[in-house]
Amino acid sequence: MSDDRHIISILLENEAGALSRVAGLFSARGYNIQSLTVAPTEDETLSRMTIVTSGSERVIEQITKQLNKLVDVVRLVDLTEGPHIEREMMLIKVRAEGSLRDEVKRLVDIFRGRVIDVTDAFYTIEVTGTGSKLDAYLETLPTGSIMETVRSGVSGIARGERGLQV
Amino acid sequence: MELTGADIFVRCLADEGVEHLFGYPGGAALHLYDALYTQDKVQHILVRHEQGATHAADGYARSTGKPGVVLVTSGPGATNTVTGIATAYMDSIPLVVFTAQVASALIGDDAFQEVDSVGITRPCVKHNFLVRDVRDLAVTIKKAFYIATSGRPGPVVVDVPKDITANKTEYAYPETAFIRSYSPVKEGDPAQIKKGVELLLAAKRPMIYTGGGIVLGEASASLTAFVRELGYPITNTLMGLGSYPATDSLFLGMLGMHGTYEANMAMHECDVLLAVGARFDDRITGELAKFCPHARIVHVDVDPSSIGKTVPVEVSIVGDADTVLQDMMKRVKASDIKPDSQALKSWWQQIEEWRGLKCLTYQKSDELIKPQYVLEQLYELTGGDAYVTSDVGQHQMWTAQFYKFDQPRRWINSGGLGTMGFGLPAAMGVQFAHPEATVACVTGEASIQMCIQELSTCKQYALPIKVINLNNRYMGMVRQWQEFFYERRYSHSYMEALPDFTKLAESYGHVGFQITKPSDVEGVLKEALGMKDRLVFMDFITDQKENVFPMVAAGKGHHEMHLAPCNAVVPTDRELA
Repeated sequence: MSDDRHIISILLENEAGALSRVAGLFSARGYNIQSLTVAPTEDETLSRMTIVTSGSERVIEQITKQLNKLVDVVRLVDLTEGPHIEREMMLIKVRAEGSLRDEVKRLVDIFRGRVIDVTDAFYTIEVTGTGSKLDAYLETLPTGSIMETVRSGVSGIARGERGLQV
Repeated sequence: MELTGADIFVRCLADEGVEHLFGYPGGAALHLYDALYTQDKVQHILVRHEQGATHAADGYARSTGKPGVVLVTSGPGATNTVTGIATAYMDSIPLVVFTAQVASALIGDDAFQEVDSVGITRPCVKHNFLVRDVRDLAVTIKKAFYIATSGRPGPVVVDVPKDITANKTEYAYPETAFIRSYSPVKEGDPAQIKKGVELLLAAKRPMIYTGGGIVLGEASASLTAFVRELGYPITNTLMGLGSYPATDSLFLGMLGMHGTYEANMAMHECDVLLAVGARFDDRITGELAKFCPHARIVHVDVDPSSIGKTVPVEVSIVGDADTVLQDMMKRVKASDIKPDSQALKSWWQQIEEWRGLKCLTYQKSDELIKPQYVLEQLYELTGGDAYVTSDVGQHQMWTAQFYKFDQPRRWINSGGLGTMGFGLPAAMGVQFAHPEATVACVTGEASIQMCIQELSTCKQYALPIKVINLNNRYMGMVRQWQEFFYERRYSHSYMEALPDFTKLAESYGHVGFQITKPSDVEGVLKEALGMKDRLVFMDFITDQKENVFPMVAAGKGHHEMHLAPCNAVVPTDRELA
């Protein structure tokens, strides 16, 4: 059985400790987490969490069942079961001096990113897209030019009418 | 009128119908203990160690179906409950454990007796709470009892900082708890039930395997009626013993690692398996690749995550065991298809052949006390009607094999976690719940020493528990594995420097007997069982070399059991006709 990548989107109570219940479940049962993002929603009593994980069909089934068992989990959906959109944001600080300045700026435009901070020697760039787009962007940057990167982890949403609500 | 958090706590327990609270005071719990002092609705039982409190509450819960309730202080009080909480969690026992906490303002400062109780217990509770405001206290307590006792039951911890117990608010105990993210299923899906029943009725070699879920779900009567209606063979897990009458001819005994030959062989060769309230634990299945190779499986469980976890199933029914069994019964009765009586007859002939092996036979002795003999005598002399708790190890397996439980909630043991030290405190909880009943604690010289301090609690509350110590001077199950799988290197399994248990019992104010001859077993048991007003500690010096058979070793299938030496034939897998 192949270990497919799944994006699980969770609505959970915005309570202290809710995050550690989810994170603890993954470590206690040996499930893998590639990324995890969480923030409150427009309804402040709820948080929305997106977890990227991988596993066989049986493991993913167990993950969703075990998550549903957590009292703080209100609802969840495996986004990868249907059409969905995923985005990740990355901030990159890149050395940009001399001739490199124009080259880096061009690459930012090609990837529809933005330069959000400029100093004599550095650009700070914001790029949003799927994980693979961000990976691709990083590969185009001149070797040794990256000073640091910060990625938000994946956020996802189902397309069309399908949604995750209370 | 405004009440303090401590008074609210006590009022909540009383309004929840809690009669017994097992606990141990300490600094952070002092307001709570002060509130307990001035009331008489909730009886507090002072244990000698917080682990004992959790096991006692657990025994209380297992023998009644009501939640067991515990109160301890912060820090070490809380950490000492962890083994008991994990024990209850593994066997899905409803407990509500109140841990006092340092004052809110001190949390996170490494204050005296501070520990992150919510964090430490998180992996072994169904849910836990930290109360942050006295106005939330009553609602949180209501939620805790609701979560602990509904759906698949389990322990819930409520951590209460000291300032919360001093702060005041109006008291109102909610009648119900509503939790939007928590709604246990009751009814099974009718379409799945239909499929399950059709599969069962089409079986040629059916088998029914049920576990602790029948006990927890109060489904014994429905199960018994259902099995008798079909006339199918049934086996119970360790946790399910008593949920189907053990003396009934349809009952094949326990299954699994130390299950009977007939139960395990029937599992191996059945073509349809109905599992209810059981979770296909590794001690049940043996090697998964060899588990029930011919069976199409129907699995009923209240917890969806138990279904398909280790073994894939064909029909899954999520629902309360009692409700689902009643619905299945209705369908069976209404169905035009009846069980295939011809096939069933030859299946039973096969089973009777297996049963004829008498796999629990052991070598009798006039010299050495055989542990199995003690348990047979206990069964006879109590008429099978006692509440029996056990610790963990060989004595636990022998009790499961030799004491035939006809009723649920009589057999109290730590199955999932396998907690040595469970038996004596659990027996205390059982005895509090059933003051007139005979409560026997079957233990061993190793297990009993893990919570032996509770003999003092037994004295304080005059609990007439009968302790049956099967003393073979070894951690018997460890020794057995070392004999079989480690070329008899008995590494650290011999119990040196044992106390004189008779004197020890006497020093706690109890009666102690040491029994060394098989001919004295019956007489001493009789005498002890006749002493209705006091605890009797019976130290049976047993055969050191006795092993538990049958045994399915690691990596083996049900059909590859080791049988006792007196059952010469070692079976092999047969091709089915």
